Amino acid sequence: MSYTLDQKQLDRIEDILKSELIDNGVRCVFLIDMAGNIITNLDNGEKQHDIYSLAALAAGNFGAVSAMAKIIGENEFSLLFHKGKKENIHFNKISSEFLLITIFGNDISLGFLRMKVAESVEHLKGLLEPLSREHL
Amino acid sequence: MAFVNLKNKLIQVKIVYYGPGRGGKTTNLEYINRKFQHRINSEMVTVKTHGDRTLFFDFLPFDVGLVNGYQIKIQLYTVPGQVKYDATRRLVLRGVDGIVFVADGMLVRRETNIQSLRNLQENLASYKKSLRTLPWVLQYNKIDLKEQGIPMMPIEMLEQDLNQESPRPYFPASALEGTNVVATLKKIITLTIASIRKELL
Repeated sequence: MSYTLDQKQLDRIEDILKSELIDNGVRCVFLIDMAGNIITNLDNGEKQHDIYSLAALAAGNFGAVSAMAKIIGENEFSLLFHKGKKENIHFNKISSEFLLITIFGNDISLGFLRMKVAESVEHLKGLLEPLSREHL
Repeated sequence: MAFVNLKNKLIQVKIVYYGPGRGGKTTNLEYINRKFQHRINSEMVTVKTHGDRTLFFDFLPFDVGLVNGYQIKIQLYTVPGQVKYDATRRLVLRGVDGIVFVADGMLVRRETNIQSLRNLQENLASYKKSLRTLPWVLQYNKIDLKEQGIPMMPIEMLEQDLNQESPRPYFPASALEGTNVVATLKKIITLTIASIRKELL
């Protein structure tokens, strides 16, 4: 099953990600589906990552962690976060089909990031949920 | 589950190499990676065990170029073939658009090929997908071993075991030497793009 997003929908998604996350100091954000496809990605222009490999690994990692949660009797883990020396990565599920991934430095606190991600996810849900129901 | 980005005119397609352990799935991707280095902008990603076996998957993004004004980005994946990694195989299959089933042509692997194909059907069913409707091709690998005197299955036997129900294209191949690796890849890309086109029109 394939699905499509047009320019207007993608512009709307990118506006949300830019104003909520990039403008608040997040280095890189990408919205992916659980198959590992990249819906959109934005960065602050400082660093370029190999986003296709990152998306494939992130979707796999999220799937593996969800499967672990189920084995120990949890529906899912609410916080998925990896801390590095300079870069950190945070995963947030938007719906059963979509995942939001942010890469950020130590200049942003995890609490602030989670708050901004949660706000973005609320906006994105409205845009992506009809798509999940109808096409996926 | 191909994603069509109308803004950037880009289609992302997921093709999975499936089959029994030590059958040559990773070797296929390694050959493609070497052969088409100029079209691949990133390193091949592999998640391996210490024993050099695929633990989770291999991943290789591959640009096909323009089709009807759309840039096609093929995402090639392999699954771990070992029986015990069934949960990870299922994860990799999520959103698959096309499949290459890499069978091991050695006579001693006859039963493991059949089991792996059955396992593929079961795992696809968990996503409400089926080999009846998905684009897929077969590759009968390791034909180079015949010269070394290793007992191999004749094509007729492989066809009878694996390709009876609505027969699909098949390729006798040597992933190690590169024989028919590109032909297999071209065929699955063509079939998968045709299927996506049909679905979107």
